[in-house]
Order: sequence, then C-alpha cells, then structure tokens
Amino acid sequence: MTRLPERLFSLARVFLPRSLAPYTGGVLEVELPGETIRALIAGLEAAYPGLAEKLSGQLAVAIDGDIVADPYLEVVGATSEVHFLPPVGGG
Amino acid sequence: MTQKTRDDQTLKWVGTRPIRPDGVEKVTGRARYGADFARPDMLWAKVLRSPHAHARIRSIDVREALALDGVKAIVTGDDLPEIASEQAFVGEEPTDYRMMSQNVLARGKVGYVGHAIAAVAATTSAVAEEALGLIEVDYEILPHVLDAVSAIAPDAPLVHDDLCDRKGEKKAPSNIANEVEMGHGDPEAAFASADFVIDRSFTTQAVHQGYIEPHACLAEAGPDGQVTIWCSSQGQFMIRGYTAKLLGLDLAQVRVVPAEIGGGFGGKTTVYLEPLAVALSQRSGRPVKMVMSREEVFRATGPASASRIRVKIGATRAGNFVAGEAWLDYEAGAFPGSSVAAGSMTIFAPYAFEHARSHGRDILVNKPKSAAYRAPGAPMAAFAVESVVDDLARQLEIDPIDLRLQNAAQEGVQSSFGPRYKRIGFVETLEAAQAHPHYDAPLKANQGRGVAAGMWFNAGLQSSAAVMVNADGSISVISGNPDIGGSRASLAMMAAEEFGIAYEKVGVRIGDTASVGYNDVTGGSRVTLATGKMVVEASRQVIAQLCERAAKVWDVDVERVQWADGKATVPDDDTIKPLGLAEIATGAGRTGGPIQASASGSVRGVGMSFAVHLCDVEVDPETGKVDVIRYTAFQDAGRAIHPSYVEGQIQGGAVQGIGWALNEAYVFDESGRLENPGFLDYRMPVASDLPMIDAVIIEVANPDHPYGVRGVGEAPIVPPIPAVANAVRAATGVRFSDLPLSPPRVLDALDPAS
Repeated sequence: MTRLPERLFSLARVFLPRSLAPYTGGVLEVELPGETIRALIAGLEAAYPGLAEKLSGQLAVAIDGDIVADPYLEVVGATSEVHFLPPVGGG
Repeated sequence: MTQKTRDDQTLKWVGTRPIRPDGVEKVTGRARYGADFARPDMLWAKVLRSPHAHARIRSIDVREALALDGVKAIVTGDDLPEIASEQAFVGEEPTDYRMMSQNVLARGKVGYVGHAIAAVAATTSAVAEEALGLIEVDYEILPHVLDAVSAIAPDAPLVHDDLCDRKGEKKAPSNIANEVEMGHGDPEAAFASADFVIDRSFTTQAVHQGYIEPHACLAEAGPDGQVTIWCSSQGQFMIRGYTAKLLGLDLAQVRVVPAEIGGGFGGKTTVYLEPLAVALSQRSGRPVKMVMSREEVFRATGPASASRIRVKIGATRAGNFVAGEAWLDYEAGAFPGSSVAAGSMTIFAPYAFEHARSHGRDILVNKPKSAAYRAPGAPMAAFAVESVVDDLARQLEIDPIDLRLQNAAQEGVQSSFGPRYKRIGFVETLEAAQAHPHYDAPLKANQGRGVAAGMWFNAGLQSSAAVMVNADGSISVISGNPDIGGSRASLAMMAAEEFGIAYEKVGVRIGDTASVGYNDVTGGSRVTLATGKMVVEASRQVIAQLCERAAKVWDVDVERVQWADGKATVPDDDTIKPLGLAEIATGAGRTGGPIQASASGSVRGVGMSFAVHLCDVEVDPETGKVDVIRYTAFQDAGRAIHPSYVEGQIQGGAVQGIGWALNEAYVFDESGRLENPGFLDYRMPVASDLPMIDAVIIEVANPDHPYGVRGVGEAPIVPPIPAVANAVRAATGVRFSDLPLSPPRVLDALDPAS
C-alpha cells in the first residue's frame, strides 16, 4: 500500500474576522489544505468568490499564535491555526 | 519568580549593566539632534497653518510673500503631486498615502486648526515668518465637529466627503472611517448565565506623546536630483519611503541620515516636515532647515486618540469571567487611522474569556490627525476594562490579583483577538506583584491602592544589521534603527556574547539609509528583539568565516575548528595554538579578504509582554489633588539584556501613563482651537511630582529569541491609567470614568456642592 505524505490529508484551521461573515454566509472557521497563506487565500477565494479581495485589507495573520505582518508567502504547518487580523505595529 | 530557559551561567554580558555607549555624547551635549545640523547657504522654512477647524480653501495668493526680500521658495498643496489612494501603515495607525500627503499640505480644504497650508523658505527664520503673514488665503468656513458623539450624529458635518475604501472606491458619506469587530463565542447569550454583570462607559481625552525634542529636519536637493535629509525620527527608512512617495521620487534618490532622537514614543513614525523641506530645496536650489515650535508640535502633530469605551463583563459568583463585550469609539482626527483596532484587540487580551467580543469604530473629527503613542490604543482600553475588573473584585469580595489570576490568559488559551497564546508570563507577573511587600504595606487615611494589568503584542517586522571585523579584532555593528531605548548597548552586548569578547570591543553605529539594509521603524518595542536577532545571525555568519580563516591558516579541516571566548581553537589537538580575533583579522588579506556579514529578515516569534502595576495614591479631600505616593511596576521582559534600560522603559511608561491619568488632556475651545499648546498649560508629570517608580523585571524567556528577549517599551504604559483610577477609587469610594482625574474633577465628585 502506498503511504501518502501526511501533508495531503492535513488541513489548516483558518479563522476569519467577524466583519467578513456577510461574505461567507456567516462561516468564520474553515478547514483548508495549503502550505502557504497564499494557498489558503486561494482556497478561501474558491469557496467564497470575492473573499480574497476583502482579505487583502487584513494585513497580518497569526500562524499558531505567531503574529506575522505581510504574510502572503508565509509557510503554514500541516495542522496550523491561522487567524486573519488587523495589522499590529506599535509606537 | 524568575524562569530562564537558557543556561545563564554561560552568559558574560547579557543581564549585566555596562555603561551606555552613547552616554558621554549625550550628557556633554555633543550628541546631534534633529535641529543641530547645518549646511552652507542654508535657508530657513516656516509653515502657514490653518486658523480654522474646517474650511474650504478658495484660493491661496503667495505673490506678495514671494516678492519679499529674502524669500526664495514657497510651496502649497498645488505643488505636491497628487497621490493615488494606497494603504500605508504608520505605527499602529493605518492610513492612506493620499491622506498623508493632504495632512502634510492641505488640498482644497483644511481639517483642523494648525493644518499646514503653505511653506516658505527664506534666508532667515524671521523673513520666513514675515512672509507667512503676506500669504492671502481665501477660506469658506465650514461647520466643524469636535467629538465622536457629534461626529456620528445623522446631521453631522462631514470631515471628508470623498473617503475611499481599501480598493480605492468611494464610500458612503460618513465620519465613521472604519469599523472592526473581533472575538469568539456568544457573549450576548452568555451574559444571561452570569451571576454579576457590570456595564460601564469611560471617556479619555486626546493626549500628546510629549517628546522633548520638536520635529526638525534639514534637506538638500542637488542639481542631479539626489536628495539628502538629516532628521530626527523613529526610522530613517520610514522618512525616506514616505518622503519619496509623497514627492514622486525614487528611493535611490533619497538618503536619510538619522540624528539622535529626543523622544518619539510613536509620534515620530510619520512625516510632517521632510517632504516640505525637500520640495522647498528643490525649488530654491539651497539646503532648507525646518524646526517646529512647541506650539506647532501640539497643534499639528498627532496626539493619541480621545476615546469613548463601553465595557460589559459578566462573572459567576465564584469569580470566573463568563463573557465580555466592548464598544470602542476612537477619534482619528481629520484623517482616518486611529488605533482603535489595537484597542479592540487588547481590551480583553489579559484574560481567558470563553465568550468575548469587541466592536471598534474609527471616527473622523476636526482635530489633528492622531498618531501612534506607545502601545497605541491599549491604555484607554485598559482603563475601561481594568476599572470594571476592579469593580467586579470589589463586588465579589475577591482579592483583585486573585481574581486576575483566576482568569489569567496563559499558554494555549485562545485570546480574545483570535490566536492561542504561546508561552507568556502573565501569571508569573501577577504572582510577583502579589508576593511583593508593596501589596500588603499599610495605608493611611485618604490613601488607596490600585492594581491593574495590561498587555502589548510587540512587533517583529523587517530588520537588517551588518557586522564587521576590524583589523585590531574589534567589531563594528551597523544598525538601521535610531537608538531610542538603548539599542546600541543591547546590540553590542548580544554581539559581545556571540563573539566571546569584551562589550567595549563592540562599536555600534546607526547607519543612514545608504549604509545598511532596510529596517522598519524603531517602534513596536521591536529593535532589541528583531534587529538584535539580525545582529546575532550576522555575528554567527562572521564567526563561521573566522573559523574558516583559522582552518586555512592551520591547514586543518574547518569542521575541527570551534569558536570560544573570542578565539578559534582545535579542541582535538592541543599543539595548535588558538587564534584570536585580532590575529585572524590582521591576516585576513592572506586568507580571503575582509571579514563581514549582514543579515536581513522578517522577524517572527516576538513574544508578547504583560505588565502588572501597583499604585498607592493620597487624595486631598479639600483640593481634590491626587498624589501618587508609591508605585511598583512588574513586567515580563523575557530576558533583560541590559536591566537598567528595561527598568528605564518601565519607569518611563509608568510616568507617561500616570500623567495621562491625572493631568494630561487636549483642551479645545468651541472653534476647535487648542487652548493649551505648551508644557505650562499641558501638564506632564515632572520628577518632583512622583515617587521613585520601582521596576520589577520578571523573566519568562521568549523561546523564539536566541536570548529570550520580549519587547519591553510599550507594555508599561498600558496599566498605569487604571492602576491610578483604581487607587483613587479605593481612596475615595468614587469610580471615576472620565479622564483626567484632575483636582477639579475629583473635587466635584467628592463634594458636588463645591
């Protein structure tokens, strides 16, 4: 029997900001395959057309608790939790 | 109370308190700040500012001013390129380049008293000032709006009638520039299961960062189009980027040389003068210097937002938080971009809520554009939530630290803003406060003690650093971040630790924009963490090169070479004499040339910071004056590279927060004119106002940093407002919901008849 790479049946849990609920029929948590934030956004766009553009205003994500600015190409773990957030900087 | 994840016994410099490398320059007055630069043939420039809070500009006539002897150039909004709507991110304050350009120089209409309308360059400051009086501006005065409540009324005057969304499309007319909502669970339903629910509203006024050094710059545009700017800021690359963007220049045309900085606290993370100075230099062909007066700093640079916050928390009789919900309205000023998103994210962040939600609105008013201020948005939110937590503790008859411990966020808990926490030190910080002698010290009549907590995210962002070995074996480090909180020392200490050499053998310089790779601003408490990470990375690259060079000299396999205590050694052969840094560096020409490395990266793994403050006050029942009589601040620093600097950050944040709580506030008259644009009438605390702020450093190492660092600069301004307010509540029995707690307000509450 061929053993598939674990990655193929692992899904990231993606949490969307509440403000996007109108565009997802109220869905705020999605499980998606994808190895980068870009891939996850593509998956979200496929599920909810137009969402990628809405997410472009969310300039940061938290990947497993680690907040990352400008995260488009950031790598996502096989079972990561990803939260889209407003940007966080400081003074 | 201290937890350290690394073997501290191996550290020689990290955790010690060596003399700061910039100390002599600063205490002898030799350090050069923004206004200390000069060039031959330099012109002086002044800015004409709006006397109206809201007005359309029908015309600007500069002919008479231009004709004045000594005037060399004038710029108005018509002289700056039109900028397309494009999102920029300034400190904690998302804004738009088009709006940033309009704030630097008004187009079409003015949005606040103090809004820049024209800039004049002349041979002397006096001539430039005189010329301002000769510029004729024809205004059509418009109705204005000065507070968030009025601004969202159905018939409110619109601060902007051309707001665009993130795609650049026009939005429906409104003074609500942006809305955010976050949280999880169903607070509304959960409140029904709470034994106690407290629901209160709070207001805070706009306050200034209060940096001692006003904004200042010198710009020189050459005939070849090359531009050099000398200025004080929180980021030379930020100044370069924004100035080039607003003037349509290539980044490679602009070099920004950083001056020392006399305070910024977030307020110097944007541009006000630099694009004007460059534009005037381009027109006059001469260098142009600009220095704001203190009054201009108050009238035209960003304060922290005024806010209105409603907080509702439900708890069980046993003290478990059931649900929390908050509604936050922050004044953005005349352009969008308050810190309301960060306020909404931090408001419930210290606690483990199963049901939490916050709703934030960014509201336009005819006041100066708000700017970042140390943990932007969080102190006001903490004032609201920590006051309610204090009231809950009182109602539940639970010790206020016990209540916080019972509900404290910790590793694995889902935060109210979304993600689960990684390793954080909030519990350890609360326990340290509870165990401290201050917590049980007796109080006298009219005295009270307050406790409050707060968190800040800290930032990583982009950093670069270069590390070079000099021929004598000393090390030069180039950082691209202005040194505001002691980064020269902390970077030198980490480099010394890596190389195993004396701290004094490492020289750290702050490079201009042509000398080192790109760095985001000195902000977000990020430099020791993020740029420090790059220094460590570059140092390790250099050490690898040093080992290779030594291997060449010895003609051995490089895998056999190790670096320890400033020397390359071959541990498995004691006949090979170790080679020190100086020996390898002196012979570098024979082994491959100069030895240096640079590192750049987008830094992750920032490690969030939590702070807990204890404040004792004494309230004079006859005057309403509140005196802080004892103050102890506890904070998880991850690891304090240089504990004196960490303590300084904690003390500074506490003092600024105490000022915000007790005295500071922008006071506007009905026309929108600021009535207290100076330190005589805008009362910040001075040393004689306050006791020693005792700083207690907790060290719960950040596992994602080579030395365990967490940012420390911002968390200490989050708890002071509620710590003071809770102390005043304990002393007087009165819950104050509006800032500042100035003597008239306190007296009114104690004795309404007064």
